Order: sequence, then C-alpha cells, then structure tokens
Amino acid sequence: MSVGIVSYGAYVPQYRIKIEEIARVWGDDAEILKSGLMVFEKSVPDVDEDAATIAVEAARAAVLRSGIDAQRIGAVYTGSESHPYAVKPTSTIVAEATGATPVLTAADFEFACKAGTAAVQACMGLVSSGMIDLGLAIGADVAQGAPGDALEYTAAAGGVAYIIGNKESELTAIIEDTYSFTTDTPDFWRREGMPYPEHGGRFTGEPGYFKHVTNAAKGLMAKMDTKPTDYDYAVFHQPNGKFPTRAASMLGFTKEQIKPGLVVPRLGNTYSGSCMMGIAATLDQAKPGDRIFATAFGSGAGGDAFSITVTDKIEEIRDKAPKVEELLENPIYMDYAQYARHKGKIKIA
Amino acid sequence: MIIMSVPRFWRKQVARYNLVGTHCKKCDEYFYPPRNMCPACRREGEIEDYKFSGKGEVVTYTVIHAAAEGFENQTPYVLGIIKLEEGPSLTSQIICKPETVQMGMKVKPVFRKLGQDGEQGMIYYGTKFVPE
Repeated sequence: MSVGIVSYGAYVPQYRIKIEEIARVWGDDAEILKSGLMVFEKSVPDVDEDAATIAVEAARAAVLRSGIDAQRIGAVYTGSESHPYAVKPTSTIVAEATGATPVLTAADFEFACKAGTAAVQACMGLVSSGMIDLGLAIGADVAQGAPGDALEYTAAAGGVAYIIGNKESELTAIIEDTYSFTTDTPDFWRREGMPYPEHGGRFTGEPGYFKHVTNAAKGLMAKMDTKPTDYDYAVFHQPNGKFPTRAASMLGFTKEQIKPGLVVPRLGNTYSGSCMMGIAATLDQAKPGDRIFATAFGSGAGGDAFSITVTDKIEEIRDKAPKVEELLENPIYMDYAQYARHKGKIKIA
Repeated sequence: MIIMSVPRFWRKQVARYNLVGTHCKKCDEYFYPPRNMCPACRREGEIEDYKFSGKGEVVTYTVIHAAAEGFENQTPYVLGIIKLEEGPSLTSQIICKPETVQMGMKVKPVFRKLGQDGEQGMIYYGTKFVPE
C-alpha cells in the first residue's frame, strides 16, 4: 500500500533583508559572507507574524491546492523551534484555522531544523496503519539569531505544510520509503526561556550536518538499492547554500539535481521549513514520474531521508496555490533598524 | 497590551480565525459578526452558520500614528472598514503601506496576530486583510 503527499502548501513573509545590510551594521565583509554562505538575502516576518500564523497560511495553502475536505484530517503536527507558546500547542491553532477540528489528534514537534520532516514520518505511520485518513505535517519557523551572531545572516521565516495520505488516486507524490539516522550531538541548542540559540560554531558542520545527512542518505539508498543517478532531483537541508551543495557532491548528486530545490540563497534558512521548502519548490516544477531524493537535518542531531516519486496528479493541483518561486517574488527590502523592530530586537518600554 | 478575558476571546475565536458568520435563509441576509436571530425576519428567520470567502473591498480607512498600548511597534498602520462580498462590513487592520491604501481597494484575508496580553498572557490570533 502506498503512502505519500496528497497536497502541499508554502508560505514566505514578504519582507527581506540583504546580507550587505546586516554586514554593514556589524562591520563584516559582505562579499566574503555571501560567497562563503551562498546566501544573499533572507526573509523577515511582519510584526504580527509568528510560527503559528505562518503554519496556518501554509496549511491553508495545502488544503486549497488539493481541495480536500479539512474534516478528513485526523492528525495535525507542527514542527518548529519557535513555537509562540512554551506550553500550548501551535497545532491546535492550525487545526482550528484550517477547519480540521475537532475530531483529530494534534501535537507540536521540536527537533531543530527537522521537526517538520519528523511530523511527516509520524503522519506516514498513522495513515499507513489506518489510524487516520489524512495527516497534516508542517514545518514553520521564525528563526532566531542573536544580534551579531553568525546565525543572524541566515535565520529566516517561512513554513511548508504537507497533507499525507494513502489513497493512491489522491497522491501527488508517493513517498517510497524513509530512513533516519539519529545520535545525541550537541551542535545547536536553546535553553528554556532564552531568546536566542547557541551553537557549536564549526562543530555544527562535520559531526552535525554532514555526518547525519550523508548517513541518512546513504542508508536510504542502501535500503532501497538506489543510487543518485536514479533520481531527477535532490534536496538537502539548507542552512546556507554551501552545506547542501557539498553534501550533494559528497553523495554523488549533481548541481543540476539540487538546483530547483535550492531556495536558500534568496530565502535564508527557514529551519523546520528548510528542506520541506526545497521539496515544495521541486514539486512546483517536477513532471509526473520524476523521482526526488530529500534529506532533512536537525541539530541535536538527526537526518531524515525520503525517496519520492511524483504522480500524474501534480499537473492537476500544482497551480491551485502559490508556488515557492511566486512567494519569493516582489520582496519588500528593509534596513537593519526596521528588521530589528520587526523581530522584536528593539523593546518599547 | 490587549485587555480581553480569555473566555471572551475564545467564544469568538472560530469567527475571528475563519470569518464564520451567519446567514438568514429566509431573507438571504448575511451577518458578521454572527447573529443568532435575523433582525428583519425575527422569529420567522432561519439562521445558519456561514463561512465568508473573506474577499471584499475597503469602504473607508484611517492611518494610525499614535497607537494604543501594545501596538506602538506597528505604527503607522492602516485600520479600515471592509465590506465583504456577501454584504456585511467589519473593522480590521489592512496590511499595506499607508500610502497605497485606497477606498474601493480589493482585499483578501490573512491569518495574523491581532495582539497579545503582555509578555505572559495569551496571544490573540485572527483575520486581517491584505490587498488582493
């Protein structure tokens, strides 16, 4: 029995700040940063946007795209590292605002940047077992970076929602299999009550990102007996442009395969939305029969790999909700002072 | 800071999130916020729940420069009366640059934070409007 993506929806706030503007404030060299990170600008939430509003907009886009009855959704899981409440679920807000309540199970997920794909896996299990009809899995963040910290150049805002089901006639993409690789690795964290995360600097690279992404990806390909050339597209978690490009090359994927899903240069790192946004951008242009290989990474640390095949249904639903490329168009640029105000870095007494 | 009791907000929550109002089947009038009784048909009315599409146009607006407590970081912002396609009007924030808002401008709904009760209290979510 197949399981897969019935629909998907993405949301990106309208505001952007350029790397040059952040570098100007902190006296850094923008050219070195841009070539090192392969990120040129990042999205910034409006003053009245948070992970919950972004999750709702993405979820509504997913429901709109497929036209499914939201009452069929039996589980809502929202992955984020910036849930607006420490205690009180974001997922109940999403469930109410998409019209899915009240007969459903809901919970919030947290696993740094891969909470959204963990939610996808949970929904896959629930629909496959017959416990629910459809599951709504979301990755949404208004990522935080302390003023002057390296994270500030990439920590962005955005969200993606996937409706997971198992009725073959409804599937836009079949998730053929998934494989995870998880260890206890303290490469990034935020303690309770703290406004900004801490990270291990270079330690986040090899023992964090590359170890978990490559092991999850290799594990899935070994399990399925596939190789990079079997896939038309590949998406890797994109905290910057350099990491996914290097991970792709280490695994034997080409630059052409990752290009459609590499949205980070104009978007920044949307954390729980990052890899899922790359998959959405790839679905936006994939043809029926195309295969997509995707691996999400979350600090802490783990990698979730997915092997996906697009069905004929994609042509039918693709244009019924905004595509990622459309969400990236016509940004409103802001300076650092406006950005600080939007992000609440300036407190009004 | 919005001073609103949690139960009061919760009672109107679904209407605020999803623009759910009511419709009188007898006289075909639409109501937002929802009415339990049709003021025209009275006891003869047949009221049903109705979810508005949220599409509408700006009837009038004002630009807020001196905001109430809790909204200081949003100034200048646009507050307007939106007439929904089905007929009812409601007051809402319109998210756009103040210099771009116009009477008659077509708008659509978005899900945003309406306010919050300080740093520790509840966060109030609901519908605002953006240019279509």
